[in-house]
Amino acid sequence: MSDIMTAKDLSLWYDKTQALKNVNITIPEKSITAFIGPSGCGKSTFLKTLNRMNDLIPSVKIIGEVCYNGQNIYDNSVDVNELRREIGMVFQKPNPFPMSIYDNIAYGPRTHGIKSKVKLDEIVEQSLRDAAIWDEVKDRLKKNALGMSGGQQQRLCIARALAVKPKILLMDEPTSALDPISTSRIEELAIELKKSYTIVIVTHNMQQAVRISDNTAFFLLGELIEYGETEKLFSQPTDKRTEDYITGRFG
Amino acid sequence: MKKNKMIERAIHGVFLILGLLTFGCVLLITIYLVISGIPAITEIGLFDFLFGTKWASTADEPSYGILPFILTSIYGTAGAILLGVPIGFFAAVYLSKLANPKVKAFMEGAVSLLAGIPSVVYGLVGMLVLVPAVREIFNIPDGASLFSAIIVLAIMILPSIIKVSMTALEAVPKEYEDASLALGATPVETYFRVSVPAAKSGIAAAVVLGVGRAIGEAMAVMMVSGNVPNMPSLFQSVRFLTTAVASEMSYSSGLQQQALFSIALVLFLFIMLINATLNFFLKKEKD
Ligand SMILES: Nc1ncnc2c1ncn2[C@@H]1O[C@H](COP(=O)(O)OP(=O)(O)OP(=O)(O)O)[C@@H](O)[C@H]1O
Ligand SMILES: [Mg+2]
Repeated sequence: MSDIMTAKDLSLWYDKTQALKNVNITIPEKSITAFIGPSGCGKSTFLKTLNRMNDLIPSVKIIGEVCYNGQNIYDNSVDVNELRREIGMVFQKPNPFPMSIYDNIAYGPRTHGIKSKVKLDEIVEQSLRDAAIWDEVKDRLKKNALGMSGGQQQRLCIARALAVKPKILLMDEPTSALDPISTSRIEELAIELKKSYTIVIVTHNMQQAVRISDNTAFFLLGELIEYGETEKLFSQPTDKRTEDYITGRFG
Repeated sequence: MKKNKMIERAIHGVFLILGLLTFGCVLLITIYLVISGIPAITEIGLFDFLFGTKWASTADEPSYGILPFILTSIYGTAGAILLGVPIGFFAAVYLSKLANPKVKAFMEGAVSLLAGIPSVVYGLVGMLVLVPAVREIFNIPDGASLFSAIIVLAIMILPSIIKVSMTALEAVPKEYEDASLALGATPVETYFRVSVPAAKSGIAAAVVLGVGRAIGEAMAVMMVSGNVPNMPSLFQSVRFLTTAVASEMSYSSGLQQQALFSIALVLFLFIMLINATLNFFLKKEKD
C-alpha cells in the first residue's frame, strides 16, 4: 500500500494558542485511519488541515507541510477548490442542504460543470447506492432532505461527498449523533468504501476504531503521541499515555 | 404568594389594555376610511372611479378618474423595485458574506443612516440635484417626472432591502456553507447556490417590505414627480395615489374631498395586500 498523504512537522495556531505541535504522519491509500484522543486534543483541527478547511478561520496560522500525492497542499500554486473536490469531508452533525435529496447529491457534480441530466441521474443513483441508502430514498428523490432521519441524513451526506468522486474521505465523528443501528450501518459502509477510497475518521468511540480502522493515531494536547496498526496500538501500546487513555484511565 | 399573583395579573391587564389600544387605532382608521371612502365611489361609480383616465377635480365639469394615480403608483413602485432590488440584494450578499469586518461595519452604518434620513430630505436633494440632472441628460423640458421619482424611491427602499436580506443571509447555518466548500465549490458559488436559496423567503420579505415602503411614500415623490395627474409616462410629470390625497386635501370640499378619501381607501387596500404577502413570507421563513 502506498502513502497518499503525509504531514511533516505540522503546527497550527489559533491566534496565540497552539493547537497542533509538530505532527508527523503518513496515511496509506485505500485504508481506514482513525484519530482518537480526549476532547480538545486537536483531532478535528488536524483533520481539517488535510483539506484546508482551516483556511476559513481568519486567525489560523499553519507551518509545516501536508503532502498529497507528493505535492504540498499549502503551496500557493494549489487550487484549494480542486483539492477539496479530491479530499471530501463528512461532518459531525449531518448537514444536508435544505433542498431535495436529488439536488443535494447533484450539487457537487453541477458545481464541477456536469449539466447533462442523464449523467447527473447516473451519478445520483451510483452515489446513493455506494452510500447504501438508495433503496430507502429512490422513491422520494424530489423530497426535501431535511425530512429524513439523522442516520439517513448522514448517509446522504456521505453520498453527497462521494458524488464528486473524491480520492480521500475525511469524516469527523460521523456517528456521534446517531443511534446504534445507524452507527453500525455507517461502519459497514466505511469498510465497504475503503476498497475504493482512503478514509480518515475521527472518533471518540474506541470500539469503533478497533472495529473498522487499519491504523490508529492517538492525539493528546495537540501532539501525535502514538501512531500505528490499530491492532497493535490497542493491544501493546508503546507509550504510557496511550495505554492510560485506551484503558480508560483518563480522557 | 397571593400578592405576587395580584401584581402578575395587574401587569397582564396593563399589557392587554395597551395591546387593545393599538388594535383599536387600526380598527378605527379602517372603519373611518371605509365609511368616508364609500360615498364618493357610489356617487361616481366604482368603474368610472377606478378606471377613469381623467382627474379634473376643480374643473367646471369635474371628472374623478384615478387610473392615472393607480398606474403611476404601480409603475413607480415596480420601477423602484426593478432598480433597488438587484442593487440591494447584491449589496446584502456582499456585506453579509464577502466584505471584511471593517468595510462591513462602515457600510452598515451608512445603510442605517440612509434609513434614518427623513423623506423630505430625499425630496429636497432630488429636487435640487436629480431633477435638473434628468432634464439635462434626457433633454426634456421638465425633469420632474416618473423617472426621477423612480430613482428617488429606489434609493429610499435600499436600506430596508439590504438590512432584511442581510439578516436572512446571516441566519443561514454555517454548516451549509461548510458542506458546499468541502465539495470544492468556491465561496462565491457557495453564497449564491446555497446561502441565497436558503435565505430566499427572508429575501422575498425584504422585497415586499420595499414595495410597501415605495407605494406608501408621499413627500419625496411629490417633490420630484411634478405632481400633474397625467397618465403615466416615464419622462412626464405624474401624480401618485399618495400625492393625489396630499396635494388637494387642504383646499378640497364636497365630492372632491370625498373622492380623496376614496383614493386613500384604495391605497389602504393596496397596503393591506402587501402586508398579507409580507406575513406570508415571514411565516414561511419561520417554518
Ligand atoms: N475556531 C477556533 N478558534 C479558536 N480555537 C479553536 C477553534 N477550533 C478549535 N479550537 C481549539 O483548538 C483545540 C483543538 O480543538 P479541536 O476541535 O481540534 O479538538 P477535538 O480533538 O476535535 O475535540 P473534540 O473531540 O471535542 O471534537 C481546542 O483547544 C479548541 O479550543
Ligand atoms: Mg472535534
